Amino acid sequence: MSTKLLGERIKRKEDPRLIQGRAHYVDDLKLDGMLYMSFVRSVYAYARIKSIDAAAAKSLPGVLEVITGADIKDQLGLIPCAAGMEGLKIPKHYCLAVDTVRYVGEPVVAIVAKDRYTARDAVDKVEITYDPLTPVTDPESALGKDSPRVHEEFSDNLAFVAKLEAGDWKALEADSTLKIVKQRLINQRLAPASIETRGVIASYSLGEETLTVWSSTQIPHLLKTQLAILTRTDESRVRVIAPEVGGAFGSKLNVYAEEGVACYASHRLGKPVKWIEGRRENLLGTIHGRDQINDLELYVKPDGKVVGLKCNIIADLGAYHQLLTPAIPTLTALMIVGCYNIPNVWVETKGVFTNKMATDAYRGAGRPEATYIIERGMDLVARELNMDPVDVRMKNFPEPKDFPLALPTGVTYDTANYQKTLKKVLKLAHYPTLRKEQERLRKKGKYLGIGLSTYVEICAMGPSSRMPAGGWEFGMVRVEPTGKVTVYSGTSPHGQGEETSFAQITAEGLGIPFDDVTVYHGDTSVVQHGIGTFGSRTTAVGGTAVFRATERIRKKMARLAAHRLGVKPGDLEFRDGKVETSDGSKSMAFGDVVGEAYYARQLPPGVEPGLTEQYVFEPANYTFPFGAHVAVTEVDAETGEIALRNYYAVDDCGRILNPLLVDGQIHGGLAQGIGQALWEELVYDENGQVVTGSLMDYALPKAHQFPWFDTQTTETRTPVNPLGVKGVGEAGTIGSTPAIVNSVVDALQHLGVRHIDMPLKPEKIWKILKTVDGRQ
Amino acid sequence: MIPESFEYHAPQTLAEASRLIAQFGQEGKILAGGHSLLPLMKLRLASPRHLVDIGRVAELKYIREDADKIQIGALTTHYQIESSELLKQKCPLLPETAREIGDVQVRNKGTLGGSLAHADPAADWPAAILALGGEVEARSESGSRWIPAQEFFVEMLTTTLQADEILTAIRVPALPAHAGEAYVKFAQPASGFAIVGAAARVVLDDAGAVAEVGVGITGVAAKPYRAAAVEGVLRGHSPTAKRIAEAAAHAAEGVEVNADLYASAEYRTHLAAVYTRRALEKAVERAGGK
Ligand SMILES: Cc1cc2nc3c(=O)[nH]c(=O)nc-3n(C[C@H](O)[C@H](O)[C@H](O)COP(=O)(O)OP(=O)(O)OC[C@H]3O[C@@H](n4cnc5c(N)ncnc54)[C@H](O)[C@@H]3O)c2cc1C
Repeated sequence: MSTKLLGERIKRKEDPRLIQGRAHYVDDLKLDGMLYMSFVRSVYAYARIKSIDAAAAKSLPGVLEVITGADIKDQLGLIPCAAGMEGLKIPKHYCLAVDTVRYVGEPVVAIVAKDRYTARDAVDKVEITYDPLTPVTDPESALGKDSPRVHEEFSDNLAFVAKLEAGDWKALEADSTLKIVKQRLINQRLAPASIETRGVIASYSLGEETLTVWSSTQIPHLLKTQLAILTRTDESRVRVIAPEVGGAFGSKLNVYAEEGVACYASHRLGKPVKWIEGRRENLLGTIHGRDQINDLELYVKPDGKVVGLKCNIIADLGAYHQLLTPAIPTLTALMIVGCYNIPNVWVETKGVFTNKMATDAYRGAGRPEATYIIERGMDLVARELNMDPVDVRMKNFPEPKDFPLALPTGVTYDTANYQKTLKKVLKLAHYPTLRKEQERLRKKGKYLGIGLSTYVEICAMGPSSRMPAGGWEFGMVRVEPTGKVTVYSGTSPHGQGEETSFAQITAEGLGIPFDDVTVYHGDTSVVQHGIGTFGSRTTAVGGTAVFRATERIRKKMARLAAHRLGVKPGDLEFRDGKVETSDGSKSMAFGDVVGEAYYARQLPPGVEPGLTEQYVFEPANYTFPFGAHVAVTEVDAETGEIALRNYYAVDDCGRILNPLLVDGQIHGGLAQGIGQALWEELVYDENGQVVTGSLMDYALPKAHQFPWFDTQTTETRTPVNPLGVKGVGEAGTIGSTPAIVNSVVDALQHLGVRHIDMPLKPEKIWKILKTVDGRQ
Repeated sequence: MIPESFEYHAPQTLAEASRLIAQFGQEGKILAGGHSLLPLMKLRLASPRHLVDIGRVAELKYIREDADKIQIGALTTHYQIESSELLKQKCPLLPETAREIGDVQVRNKGTLGGSLAHADPAADWPAAILALGGEVEARSESGSRWIPAQEFFVEMLTTTLQADEILTAIRVPALPAHAGEAYVKFAQPASGFAIVGAAARVVLDDAGAVAEVGVGITGVAAKPYRAAAVEGVLRGHSPTAKRIAEAAAHAAEGVEVNADLYASAEYRTHLAAVYTRRALEKAVERAGGK
């Protein structure tokens, strides 16, 4: 095939409009007669609402509506939770608090006004009196008998317990030759903090009785169904549009109270209603990520072979379930053995209610926690046995020939070569030289750290049998009468660049110029079905649907051309804008074949006019990308400051369709993963107040804080889909966090330091250095 | 993130600006680069009824040399200072400090005068201006006065500027021979502001002893201050590594040290000493001392 596009470093179709500021986000849309909404939010973590006095707000000129929990209680449904697990406690989650508030930032009153200034002014005029209750802020003591309860309708704060047990633990525990390496690890709470906050416009048309919703979301189709249920609107009359979305990282894979209330307000007033989230609202009231306590035990043979893994997981879920809140920590258990075939596994996960915002999917969603657990664990094993961390990993990797590999955790890894990525990154980093440098510097009292992380993650979500709302994806290709090609995807990319990679798939498949293909997504009236963009699924699942739909177009076009040329369809190739026999002796222009379909004068028998094909791809398994990272850090012995000197990453995301897109995902992912290790932490104080409620306090990573990332790839194609792609959206975030912590602990290991919890704030390091200094 | 309503005024001259400020009194606020004031207004922590935007007052934008002094108009942006060839030669501490402020966008909008008038206890400029022993000019309809930097900062977000006064200029000494300056900063990872910022200026005599020394510290206390105790240990002595370290140990002496999520008082005190030492070491090295 001469029109080679797959695998090429092609610039993104999306970029010109994004770079020039010409793209349209929710807040760029202005509708005739549009009204603005704002929210009064709880200032208490836990309190009874005694009274709400909204008279002053209502009398403010320009205020049209003040809505409270009592108003919507019987009018709007509950915010949905899609996670189904045995014995799960699901609290009633209203769009506006009814009687009780359970976290700081919970929406209590909504105000609709003629402009956003008036809407905001009115917020200050609402008087709410509260009866404060004792908040539950520590997930561990929340499990105690005497703890106050977040929901009085339940007997305790335990939302669920999930157990995973495999292997022969009796035999293992009786084996006295095994060493048990134990460590408690804290995976702190994070804020996704996308640059574009959330935002929604709901427009209910009283005449047509249709509801159109523009929302900054990752899941327009799922949102359409859920909003139809929530607002009790006939789903056929609901349309959801995700315009340009400025980052999400899982936080917009959800159905939020504000979306429901906007629909309600628009219906009542018969006008479009817009709400744009402020940054403080975003940090308080958009889902958080992570927040687990992990008590790990590894059972290890003297030669370094890990034969058992035990982990108690306490997951702080916050006060209410958002769409996938309880499901996220169970992904930790699923991936907890990492790249190692550990035969005996025992994991107990407890999901706990606290008076905080819900946790839910944040880039990596459960797998960064798993990777952190096992990768910190492997370093602790190395230290215990006085082995090089490289050797411990090599010792425990399965061989490439062992794949597909069914694991005791219940998943089957598709294919991998962990040895190859690790060797490649060690070469890239000049590992032996680094170790020598470390020795030299230690003698001078300087602390150089070399940290390793070899990760595997779970992508391409996923087989429908294992997904809460279906795991398939929809793709459609239409060749227009002019020969231009339109691709429709049920995914909802928001920065990842699939308008580019999907165009590559279809243009190469049809042998036409890349620029002749336009990709649409994110509008439920334009794209018939869809699941969305999350779980590194868009290319592996959604791209495959586009690939298959393109194949169907080829098949039909080949039939039409063959009919005209008097050859067999199988003899024809698509190249350089032509459909022709391989020797080129019989040929038709691509546009002429398209004409056959549309003018329909000489169609072969049984062939319908037109040229539109669709495909719904149902994946048979997940995919499991992997990689090996090395972080080199320098710790300032005097102040505890950490300088990240080098970062080396070798990632294998299966087949690479466009290296530019892969680089983008890896670089951004690394920044976020390193951000967790070094800086980020969403802090609640003991009263349940958010201490880091602005970006002056919540330490998002910034470009100037990073060195150049040295990245390379290997390509191990997956057999799970015909493209061979695995997924790369979350890999950087998953692999990098433990590499950094391992690096800093490695820098201080000779001083007796064994573990430091994240984020690795300089003050923490300084305090540790002060206590170990004497020992030196 | 939406301010209360206000009236906006855009005077073209200093005289007009002074008149408006006098007229509005407590109800008015000067708007310079807006990079401190607008965030406060969006959070509704400040709600002036009148904003007097001095951005068009051309006579407040300049950098000039005046005998052995450098004078800078209040509206000069951080970036203009950072990139000034004159300052790189004659007062390198200022470009070095400017580089530490925020990011490119902030440096393109924020002004020297705005930062000083705002008096954020963790802002960078105050440390440098204090170390240099600079002065600021305040003007009102009734006249003008020069205020030494040390008398300018009163407490957090408060200066000796009167409600009807506009900060119009900053004056600092030009770099003499055998002198060196340096600014070093331990930045808060979220805001980028100083947890500790230490500025040092050292002038050596012919024998290589410290003839003049100025140390300004920001981020550590409720207001930026001049570290007199540090200066006292150094003045008149040869700036050996040992003496510098001894001196720097007094960096947080006599002040009530801040504590927050990123640095306890104990840690900040330690950082103040370390960063003061590092600033002094650099300054001495640049002065040609050992
Ligand atoms: C993202 C971000 C990061 C930042 N990082 C840093 C940092 O690392 N270090 C740092 O030091 N600063 C930092 N800043 C603050 C920045 O330097 C501001 O520009 C500066 O503090 C204020 O200058 P301005 O010209 O913007 O003043 P404005 O915001 O316009 O005004 C500030 C205050 O001073 C008053 N005022 C302004 N000009 C005058 C005048 N001529 N006379 C009298 N009163 C006046 C105003 O009325 C107002 O009260 C940051 C700001 C932002 C937004």
